[in-house]
Amino acid sequence: MNIHEYQGKSMFREAGVNVLDGVHCTSIEDALSAYDSLGSKVVAVKSQIHAGGRGKGTLYSPESGEKVMVGGVKIAHSREDVELYSRNILGNKLVTIQTGEDGKIVNNLYVEAGCAIAHEYYLAILVDREAKAVLIMASTEGGMDIEEVAENTPEALHKVWVDPAAGLLGFQKRNLGMDLGLSGAALKSFFGILGKLYDVFVMNDCAMIEINPLVRSEDDEIIALDAKVSFDENASFRHKEWEDIRDLGEEDDAEVRAKELGLSYVKLDGDIGCLVNGAGLAMATMDVIQLYGGEPANFLDIGGGAGEDTVNAAFEIILEDPNVKGILVNIFGGIQRCDIVAKGILASVEKMGLEVPLVIRLSGTNYKEGRAIIDASDLQTYSAKTLAEGAKKIVGLIGGEQ
Amino acid sequence: MPIWINEHSKVLVQGITGSQGTFHATKMIEYGTDIVGGVTPGKGGLLLDMAEKSVSVYDSMFEAIQETDADASVIYVPPPFAAEAIMEAADAFDQIKGEGVVVCITEGIPTLDMVKAVAYVDQRPGIRLIGPNCPGIITPGKDGGCKIGIMPGHIHKKGRIGIVSKSGTLTYEAVAQTMSIGEGQSTCIGIGGDPVNGTGFIDCLAGFQADLQTEAIVMIGEIGGTAEEDAAAWAAENVTKPIVGFVAGATAPPGKRMGHAGAIISGGKGTAAEKFAAFKLAGIHIANDPSEIGAVLAVALKEAGLL
Repeated sequence: MNIHEYQGKSMFREAGVNVLDGVHCTSIEDALSAYDSLGSKVVAVKSQIHAGGRGKGTLYSPESGEKVMVGGVKIAHSREDVELYSRNILGNKLVTIQTGEDGKIVNNLYVEAGCAIAHEYYLAILVDREAKAVLIMASTEGGMDIEEVAENTPEALHKVWVDPAAGLLGFQKRNLGMDLGLSGAALKSFFGILGKLYDVFVMNDCAMIEINPLVRSEDDEIIALDAKVSFDENASFRHKEWEDIRDLGEEDDAEVRAKELGLSYVKLDGDIGCLVNGAGLAMATMDVIQLYGGEPANFLDIGGGAGEDTVNAAFEIILEDPNVKGILVNIFGGIQRCDIVAKGILASVEKMGLEVPLVIRLSGTNYKEGRAIIDASDLQTYSAKTLAEGAKKIVGLIGGEQ
Repeated sequence: MPIWINEHSKVLVQGITGSQGTFHATKMIEYGTDIVGGVTPGKGGLLLDMAEKSVSVYDSMFEAIQETDADASVIYVPPPFAAEAIMEAADAFDQIKGEGVVVCITEGIPTLDMVKAVAYVDQRPGIRLIGPNCPGIITPGKDGGCKIGIMPGHIHKKGRIGIVSKSGTLTYEAVAQTMSIGEGQSTCIGIGGDPVNGTGFIDCLAGFQADLQTEAIVMIGEIGGTAEEDAAAWAAENVTKPIVGFVAGATAPPGKRMGHAGAIISGGKGTAAEKFAAFKLAGIHIANDPSEIGAVLAVALKEAGLL
């Protein structure tokens, strides 16, 4: 789960990590009064969306599609600038390298005081799955794409792994600061901030904290100029406060509803809907559809032991997608019983009707019973014995209609 | 000899009084697994009737192992308590026997809990953790066998193919594929789809390479991390038995979590294409479609003079 920069910074501020003064705004009036209250001549006007690359993104009018402004993060030197930039940003569509072509409508703005920057650094905290430990990465090349830094100048990227039992130790913080070339007051400031950020990471069950850039000001303070924070959703049971800061407007509506029903759903661009049990098999089903010339419309894992209702809900979500021209059901019953899936499919079709071809592959636990239920119904379906056969069939059926 | 567990392994069920624990303990007994007891703190002394067997419940893993001399435990404890259950099992096996296999089925354990639990297990070298978020491990026997987990027992048969996979249902698919060419399995291991887990691909490949019963290996990966690449490089140097490989997630868009917490492509790393390329480089026989695993395995066995 991702949160906005302004929310991440408010977490930082509470934890004692240096951030600049800033105000969250949702209107031009808000932005102007924020400018007045900050008392800083130069401010940054920053689009708030759950995607990176905002600074280099482009804003478009959602109605006309016309280009409005280049850059989703702007430095304003006057009250007039603030008005112009917030007008150009709010309600418009921001397209960045991470949003895809559709972009995201910007409803939130962050107006932040300026500061005199001496140097920009990069800092990230995340879980290193290979080392099975928390990893802190820092670089002197702030403001740049970190993948590029890792590729082109790996020597500029410094890493520290935290021993889960010992925690982050003093010498590790000091050494990392010295690796970044810090000394004196700046090193002391970095030392304090890194410890606090690590605590924020652990106490909030973060999946990642990325600060790009982390800056050294001209008076040797280390300040988080950016805050990209995401949480490990598995830990949501012990973080009820996440509900209050979750911005559902940034998430796909169908994906959110699917999650509430215990389904994993990810919408994709293709036209073949799939309903599968198990994440690995669901991915493999998408792959095989593509292998035989089709494009999957979604990833959908109904989990293990789904009931009729869950199957029904899954079917509804697939059929809601107007791009779907055909459906492939692929079930390998383990805990999941195939007859339950069959009943769920029939119930859905009865309720919603079915105007696209449906290929069903049932295997494993109770597959014969499941097949019998489908065969005994009036439902026109195509059956397949293997995943490959199912994928070929649905791709063929869709091609035949075009 | 299959790996890590055999037909006679004695198994405890942690969380046996929960609905998942009860359901799967019964299924395991029906398959032939020697379930010697269960653990639910506060419910010690209870006797459960399961599949015509009476199973004792203990308050702690320490007590349960002392009483039953168990070799392995399987965890069906809900996510908030699962990491603690892993550490309790590791501690008890380590203190009493110096070794033990701990299989964690639970899905949805916070990653930082697993970082702690894996470090705890790693300090006890005799303890093997499988999972979490996995179907478990099964060694089919001549008649029944030892199933520790949630996989459908009836699709398996004793044989010479070792299977290791990150995914549950895709493991079943691989099992069905071996059966389609008349081959059974030595041991099938689901290592789980979480970013931080216990036993990895390399541990399993090393186990299969050393195992006399295993003559060929099926390895199924998925997007995310670099475990498949590392395993392929290791296999090229250390595994002489033929390996068939598949990776799920070629069509997954970057930055999106595909069901499994670990299945995400970040920063261009962890793609299926990279993993397939690493497999190819290591001389692993590639199946582009899980429905082809059987056919590719037959070719691999023939090339190795095993068919």
